[in-house]
Amino acid sequence: MRPDLSVNIAGIRLKNPVLAASGTFGYGTEYADLVDINRLGGLVTKAITLEPREGSPPPRTVETAAGMLNAIGLANVGVDAFIKEKMPLLHKFNTAVIVNVAGSTIAEYVEVVRRLDGCQGIDGLEINISCPNVKQGGFLFGSDPQTAAKVIGETRKVTSLPLIAKLTPNVTDIVSIARATEEAGADAISLINTLLGMTINVETKRPKLANVTGGLSGPAIKPVALVMVWKVAGAVKVPVVGIGGILSGKDALEFLLTGASVVQVGTGNFVDPQCMMKIIHGLEQYCQEKGIAKISEIVGTLEVEK
Amino acid sequence: MSVVQKQGKILSNLEVAPSIFLLNLGLPQVAETAQPGQFVHLRIGPLSDPLLRRPFSIHRTKPEEAKVSILYQVVGRGTKLLSQRCSGEKLDCLGPLGRGFAIPKVAGQFILVAGGIGIAPLIFLAETLLRKMGNGKWEVEKEKRKKMEVVFLMGAASTEYILPESELLSWGAAVEVATDDGSKGHRGPVTDLLTRQMDRSVASCHIFACGPEGMLKEVAQIAGQQKIPCQICLEQRMACGVGACLGCVVKTRSGYRRVCVDGPVFPAGEVIFE
Repeated sequence: MRPDLSVNIAGIRLKNPVLAASGTFGYGTEYADLVDINRLGGLVTKAITLEPREGSPPPRTVETAAGMLNAIGLANVGVDAFIKEKMPLLHKFNTAVIVNVAGSTIAEYVEVVRRLDGCQGIDGLEINISCPNVKQGGFLFGSDPQTAAKVIGETRKVTSLPLIAKLTPNVTDIVSIARATEEAGADAISLINTLLGMTINVETKRPKLANVTGGLSGPAIKPVALVMVWKVAGAVKVPVVGIGGILSGKDALEFLLTGASVVQVGTGNFVDPQCMMKIIHGLEQYCQEKGIAKISEIVGTLEVEK
Repeated sequence: MSVVQKQGKILSNLEVAPSIFLLNLGLPQVAETAQPGQFVHLRIGPLSDPLLRRPFSIHRTKPEEAKVSILYQVVGRGTKLLSQRCSGEKLDCLGPLGRGFAIPKVAGQFILVAGGIGIAPLIFLAETLLRKMGNGKWEVEKEKRKKMEVVFLMGAASTEYILPESELLSWGAAVEVATDDGSKGHRGPVTDLLTRQMDRSVASCHIFACGPEGMLKEVAQIAGQQKIPCQICLEQRMACGVGACLGCVVKTRSGYRRVCVDGPVFPAGEVIFE
């Protein structure tokens, strides 16, 4: 029998627990030639801000050991153009659409959410309080439990859409931030955003990224992501979305066993556009081999000797 | 024309000049549809390190043999590992990607300026232009046809890097060479040849260039001064290659543009050089 991969998370029904992560899948259409988007559990859009943003100067990306650094700087078309030009195309796909929201002030987050709230075809919002590449806002909002709670609490007031708080790993105690966003009304928590990093050209004595620092992603960060998911999943009641270096079905399973209800794939899409399809297939195969009827049965079933 | 992801069989991967390799891949769909200036995004190997794909200009295509050629220089870890891949093995390939050269509607004098490995996409372009001329597909009167010409200006470090000269000549292109050390042709930058060519240039002249940024900047300046249309093919490190990640942007007069889908070929006057 074919295992049931569907999941319900934060009131959003997904056909499987594999989503494209924000910033790696554009506005959904860029990969349409290469990926059957209708087969995805869902996709999270590029972060949307109130006004269009140009982003950081190039070079914006650089490869590192089993990973990459990026400093895109939240380049995006702005919320109005997103609703007018991008959303109608996204709406055509038969997959869950989650819009990632960013801002430089709490008022900006609130206004973007307010404008998205009435827009057809949006299944949920991911509140990005974790971007490491902007001077104002970004992960500063996600670095302090009170501020994080304020962003979630204020945006909660202006929408009935499911809210997912996306957390940064660049903090001392991610569990306290997770709890604060849960109490403030987050319906789910996604983690981790990228780890702050840098790399240097020793010949020119300059940083390789124009922005000097960037966000580290890819297989290099998977163990860090996993331990954070494990800690947060053990501390909150809302579902957890696991993100960080997932490239294979086995990687995804590690996150599910550790307590994530669903996973997002980011850098893996760059390496192989078929990455998410292979992960979905891998999950199905695992369930079949182990006689698991429903994928959600395995969430958080990690066995740890005490 | 859509982008495909295919396993391309390595037909050959040989060093044709010091640190320069010619890679032939069996890729029928790409060979069939690729245009000059477009590129392929290759996964060097199956492991997670090096992680990202590498973009390479398409150097030649032979649709009848389902073959795509890549001419590349070993400059870092990715290209080093690529140079060690053997015939018979397969490479995961995305392509054809990007916006290539816009072929002018009216025939004229086409000046191609190549600096170093920047020659790679220009051979594909030269071949396409010359084939189109030979077929008489240009909508021109006989009188004007005489004025159609492909002038290929080739710059390289030294003589051993001057590769496809004889082939270009056999196709009917006029070839001029400049080397840094003077071991062949003019001693000095290839832009010297372009400046000289400007004195001989005719109406409906077009410049196409690919090479290091400094060279492109100078070509763009010369073309701007002479008011000659000029297209330049840019290079940038990329992650996705399909316009999703916004990682490969270049500064232009209309803001940051993605080299992977808005380019890699841009009108020279559009690009803002630092």
